[in-house]
Amino acid sequence: MNRIERRFAACRERGRKALISYITGGDPRPDATVPLLQALVEGGADILEVGIPFSDPMADGQVIQAACERALAHRVNIRRILEMVREFRVDDAHTPVVLMGYLNPIEQMGYAVFAREAATAGVDGILCVDLPPEESQSFVETLQANQLDPIWLIAPTTQAGRIHRICEVARGFVYYVSLKGVTGADSLDVSDVAVHLANIRAATRLPVGVGFGIHDAAAAGRIAAVADAVVVGSALVAQIEAHQSEPEVMYGVVRELIADMRRAMDAAVVKIALGGER
Amino acid sequence: MSSKVSIDYGEFPDAGGHFGRYGGRFVPELLMAPLEELAQAYARYREDPLFLAELEADFAHYVGRPSPLYYARRWSEQLGGARIYLKREDLNHTGAHKINNTMGQALLAARMGKTRLVAETGAGQHGVATATVAARLGLECVIYMGAADVQRQSVNVYRMRLLGAKVVAVEAGTRTLKDALNEAFRDWAANVDDTFYIIGTVAGPHPYPAMVRDFQTVIGRETRRQILEREGRLPDALVACVGGGSNAMGLFHPFLAEAGVRLYGVEAGGEGLAGGRHAAPLATGRPGVLHGNRTYLMEDADGQILPTHSISAGLDYPGVGPEHAWLKDIGRAEYVDATDREALAAFHTLTRAEGIMPALESAHALACADRLARTMTPDQIIVVNLSGRGDKDINTVAALEGMEL
Repeated sequence: MNRIERRFAACRERGRKALISYITGGDPRPDATVPLLQALVEGGADILEVGIPFSDPMADGQVIQAACERALAHRVNIRRILEMVREFRVDDAHTPVVLMGYLNPIEQMGYAVFAREAATAGVDGILCVDLPPEESQSFVETLQANQLDPIWLIAPTTQAGRIHRICEVARGFVYYVSLKGVTGADSLDVSDVAVHLANIRAATRLPVGVGFGIHDAAAAGRIAAVADAVVVGSALVAQIEAHQSEPEVMYGVVRELIADMRRAMDAAVVKIALGGER
Repeated sequence: MSSKVSIDYGEFPDAGGHFGRYGGRFVPELLMAPLEELAQAYARYREDPLFLAELEADFAHYVGRPSPLYYARRWSEQLGGARIYLKREDLNHTGAHKINNTMGQALLAARMGKTRLVAETGAGQHGVATATVAARLGLECVIYMGAADVQRQSVNVYRMRLLGAKVVAVEAGTRTLKDALNEAFRDWAANVDDTFYIIGTVAGPHPYPAMVRDFQTVIGRETRRQILEREGRLPDALVACVGGGSNAMGLFHPFLAEAGVRLYGVEAGGEGLAGGRHAAPLATGRPGVLHGNRTYLMEDADGQILPTHSISAGLDYPGVGPEHAWLKDIGRAEYVDATDREALAAFHTLTRAEGIMPALESAHALACADRLARTMTPDQIIVVNLSGRGDKDINTVAALEGMEL
């Protein structure tokens, strides 16, 4: 069992849903990333996604594009991100870390070098947003040879046949994009999400996380009622941007936002167990 | 290369949109279904006689095709080498080759029941060509343009607004064409149900490189017929500028199987390749993945996309169409560059020698033809794609020469 499997198993045993946080590595400065990751864990995050900054993040909204630009201003690259993961692992051997990014920086580093160094640094999974399964054979083989889980997105537009195809190559968990748009977009229809989750669960026994459009604790609670995991990104990154000049305040605000979401998710799950709504 | 005679160019791209190792479809999952829907619709309508007849009628009566193939006698004689013909895409409605593609894609959008068009634009030519066909078909239109380009190209911004389009200034990244592409993709991702994204060049995820090429091959098909009528033989060389590369691919493609016709694509050399301030990914870049396809890119050692520079906003892009990347690798086409200075000189030369003011993009092709013609003899023939007219550039030219209009 790897860290991601162990974490989902632990969540199931404790009757809770997993909370997955996203921040961009190196935002707002390289030295802030490890304290931010620690604050997220203290606040109740189960899995940490760390974004590899890219100059042209076309699947992301303005909030995360701005985060990429702040990190790139410090010339943060994959090797710097891996150093941060290594540093985080000194004090935390258990919380899974997933790197999320775009293909080009990974391709320039080389699949084999990237996968080997990521595994050595203590990374558990890779989500490459602009690499569909059709183009991914050698990438997936390289990740698996290094015990890294390939994580895939499934969208509201993904047809049943493709859902099966994606789930065949997916490991760790699958990530359902809860609305049409980019990260940080508005509007979220929980009943629509539930219908899509049923289709995905027909194709895989992997846990299903839901992200995009989850801005606050209330939304996290509503999604926790139907999904195995809730992914929150832009809402955190917006707080990092707002408090970037005061690091201690920034760590505190991020910790509290995650803790609020944690409480709302746990409350929603208890409500179901007691036969409340849904 | 001895293998090139055996290549069946009609077989490319493959079903996944690959030209050799280039092309493909590298997009977020959300866009996979709409791209497949587009690929299927295009595969159907490209063979539909009614669709093709409507496109042909619009080419004839709205765009003004066929465009003339003009023998530039005075300029050719001044150079004292090959005879140069100009394919006059500058005479199309809206003043460039861009409308061949926007007309085709907009008719396809209407067939697919889409009511809203989005597009990216750099200099504004593709934006104007998209806004024009949107007005013609009564479709809503949103154009994304880098904020830096909005400032530099205020006349085209106003033209688009007159045509009823909404122009959105993109403040992210380098505030230029590549950032406008990112934003147009984001809009499409959020509005896939009613929106059609008209990409302006032979780049992007499959099926765009093949589809845009097909709509632009009207340039090469006409050229072939016209030169056979005029000269009774095919030309020795074709020359076209390459930003994304749609006017070049449109001219080249019907000649790919003719081994005797040499193909020259001309990238923007900017201030010279050595200093890095240029837009010549084929000359200086390496393969990578951006905007949905694998191709040559201008990028740093970490795989971050580099800012580009060219005197002509239409060539100011860090990537290039994947079919060009492939033609370079297999040696079928040759890619060279012309600097800002050479393009500016060619702009003046053609204006004075022939009374034709070329777009600064097209002036890069003219600069290459100038060099090439001198090495050839008057029994040889060069065709240059005069892809656009230069009226839009007179403020830029005047400013470079210290004048304010």
